[in-house]
Amino acid sequence: MNEFIPAFEWTRVMVEPWTVNLPITLWIVVMGFLITAACGLIGNYLILRRMALVGDAISHSILPGLAIAFLFSQSLQTIPMFLGALAAGIVTTILIELIHKKTRVKQDAAIGITFSTLFAIGVIIISLGQTDSIHLDAECVLYGEIAFVSLDLIQVSLGENSLSIVQKIPGLNSDIFLTGSTLTIAPPSVIRMAIVTVVTILLIVVFYKELLVTSFDSGLSSSLGINSTLTHYALMGVLSVIIVSAFEAVGAILVIAMLILPGATASLLAHRLPKIFVLTVIHAFFSSIGGIHLATWLNCSPAGAMVVMGAILFLAAWTFSPRQGLLKRWFEQKLEDIEHNEPRPLINC
Amino acid sequence: MFWQQTSFVTRHSWIETACLLLLCFFVPEHIWAAKIGDVGADSSLGEQMLRFLSFRDPSVRYAVAGAILLGISCGLLGCFIVVRKMALVGDTLSHAVLPGVAIGFLVSGIDATGLFEWNFDVNAIEKNPTLIFIGAVIAGFLGTFFVSYLRKTTKIKEDTALGMTLASFFAVGICLLTMIQELPTGNKSGIDKFMFGQAAAIGEDDIKLMMVVTALIVIIVYALYKELLVTSFDSGFANSIALPSQWIHHLLMLLVAFSVVIALQAVGVMLVSAMLITPAASAYLLTDRMHRMLFYAVGFGVASGVLGAFASFLKPNIPTGPCMVLGASTVFTIAFFVGPRHGVLTRWLRHRSRSENVRRENTLKAMYQVLENRNAQPEESVSITELAERRGETIDEISIQTKALDRHGLATLHEEGNAVLFTPNGWQLACKIVRNHRLWELYLTNAANIAPDHVHDDAEEIEHILGDEVVRELERMLEDTTRDPHGKNIPGFEEIHKPFTPTATGPSGYGGNS
Repeated sequence: MNEFIPAFEWTRVMVEPWTVNLPITLWIVVMGFLITAACGLIGNYLILRRMALVGDAISHSILPGLAIAFLFSQSLQTIPMFLGALAAGIVTTILIELIHKKTRVKQDAAIGITFSTLFAIGVIIISLGQTDSIHLDAECVLYGEIAFVSLDLIQVSLGENSLSIVQKIPGLNSDIFLTGSTLTIAPPSVIRMAIVTVVTILLIVVFYKELLVTSFDSGLSSSLGINSTLTHYALMGVLSVIIVSAFEAVGAILVIAMLILPGATASLLAHRLPKIFVLTVIHAFFSSIGGIHLATWLNCSPAGAMVVMGAILFLAAWTFSPRQGLLKRWFEQKLEDIEHNEPRPLINC
Repeated sequence: MFWQQTSFVTRHSWIETACLLLLCFFVPEHIWAAKIGDVGADSSLGEQMLRFLSFRDPSVRYAVAGAILLGISCGLLGCFIVVRKMALVGDTLSHAVLPGVAIGFLVSGIDATGLFEWNFDVNAIEKNPTLIFIGAVIAGFLGTFFVSYLRKTTKIKEDTALGMTLASFFAVGICLLTMIQELPTGNKSGIDKFMFGQAAAIGEDDIKLMMVVTALIVIIVYALYKELLVTSFDSGFANSIALPSQWIHHLLMLLVAFSVVIALQAVGVMLVSAMLITPAASAYLLTDRMHRMLFYAVGFGVASGVLGAFASFLKPNIPTGPCMVLGASTVFTIAFFVGPRHGVLTRWLRHRSRSENVRRENTLKAMYQVLENRNAQPEESVSITELAERRGETIDEISIQTKALDRHGLATLHEEGNAVLFTPNGWQLACKIVRNHRLWELYLTNAANIAPDHVHDDAEEIEHILGDEVVRELERMLEDTTRDPHGKNIPGFEEIHKPFTPTATGPSGYGGNS
């Protein structure tokens, strides 16, 4: 299997990313961390509201929004893309509600039908409109390789010897890179993601009470005069914006992992929302750092590796969690068995 | 009774399967040479269409056969998925098969020379349908097992568990996939076609595998139809007759994994769940019987599958999966709007026509009451102002109503639309409505002991929907049906069938052109 799984060389995997390839690694890690943190924070609310799969649906169905925005603006600028994604996200939410409320089709099937239809439309638009000048590629939607940021931006930001550095991007060879399908991370997209992340955190801080109340107790929220429908749609809107800014780097499916995995891991370890938020950010940090090393080692897609790392962290939390962990359950089971085997004392004190 | 119906469903599927068997095995070998790629891109649309429809091209035949087979298997299992509210389990399963597909690819490169001496030869990697099938089924089944175990051991809710499993398995798959594509043979292996599907990539081996699996699915669904039905709709009853619900659930999951995997090549990982859910959901909107739903879902699945194969044949750079899914979604949209019983548009139209009926009947009733208060004969005219006063509506609203009555032949307009006259039909209907109303009031006061001043509102609603049978029943139950609780006359047989002829003293213009 040597050809398939490269040997684990300590210097190549653990040291070189932080010395020789520092600029590249740093940007990938920062981008990964920002995406996972923003997605994870908003994902906590999705988990609480049992809407994890609505996030799944939106991440699929913003594709036609992006494609149509691209067709109209003929560019990959931020504003049309954001608007397209926002519109697509809201349309998805409305369609799911419509199918679910107006017919006897249940919500799960409504979600499945909506996102698959919109995703199919998106793929067809992209396939039909594909020319040499267009950087949208249906296959790239999955791996997060849509090269929104074109090659020259990288070269500008990295200087003359960019190609030699670029070739060392984990998981990619220069050949793929030059065709424009790569996890292209350049400072502009990182800056944009940073802005989105900061805005998300601000929104969560400002509307903490509203989000908390509508998530846990819809009765109380209406008695407090909080419009839960508006909150719902606002949350979906913010979600679409986060997803679209993460889209280019991680793709449609992996973004679901980034939405759900940090929150799920945190919810195994803590029960108070502020603590969960802190754990989410920690999870985001470790999964992005671990992901880059995994990707360097196995020479695979960095975004995928980050999610795999996140899943490994989740498995660790699942095993060792002090309250719901598998180990703890196992010990309890053992203890119970021992107790049952012992003769019971007659007087129970 | 439904057994007969099902046997029809399955027999139908059997006929198709048998036809495909004939189609694929008895066609001479040399015809299988060409590939879709050989078709020149410059050939015209009409030519392409002819090529597709004439089935001359073996790859077209494969694509269509594949579409039909996946339509059958996905349609059948999708119905159970939808009625069990497990649509997103199907979605998770279809994404979770990706690492299995990748591993299936890799395993084809392993050459076992001895028990522990395995050689992994990168160059030997190829698309082996059986290995991919096995790998994908294992991965998919592992995914559903992971979800149920996660739910059993933690407090994580189902949607979170599903989304997590979906994305984590998919990420592992993506990592493996990118690693395979780094290999020298990786790009040639056609693994990238598994994402969005390409019906043209279906080969002879794929079709054979699909046929075997579809046959298996049809047989199992046929044999265990009753068990599947009971566990889907009434788990309490299933437990009480000691059906192993858990095992049936796992079996169903395994079958779903089968159908997902055989559909992968044509539809792709991303959208295969839609082929499970959408045809079945459309069928669910159209019928209330499970066997009919299975039948419809198979029909829709096959139709949208063939349509998608056709569309992607016409434009080869469009992946097949999205076309098939759009076909299925179109069917769903049509069912959503114009389904005979649950369609949104149909329901709206039905509601509208019913409320229009009610409004017409109310106007007729008002005319009756105006005449009654005047102690007048039915042949006399009622002015619009009187009606408006009676109904508490504006003159404009009333004149719209009277025009509607005129259109339906229930009344005629006179004096430039300012007065209305009953036609014989209108008079009978008005009498009937008033009779319904007053009989109901009488029934409520006499039989249900409700105070006479509380019965009007209830009667106001029910007068429009009392059927003849109920009226006859009421007549039997009530001894005296001449007066209602408010002392008013209940129009009886004589009033309804009163000789209704225009009299000489009647208003001018009656019966003439108005």
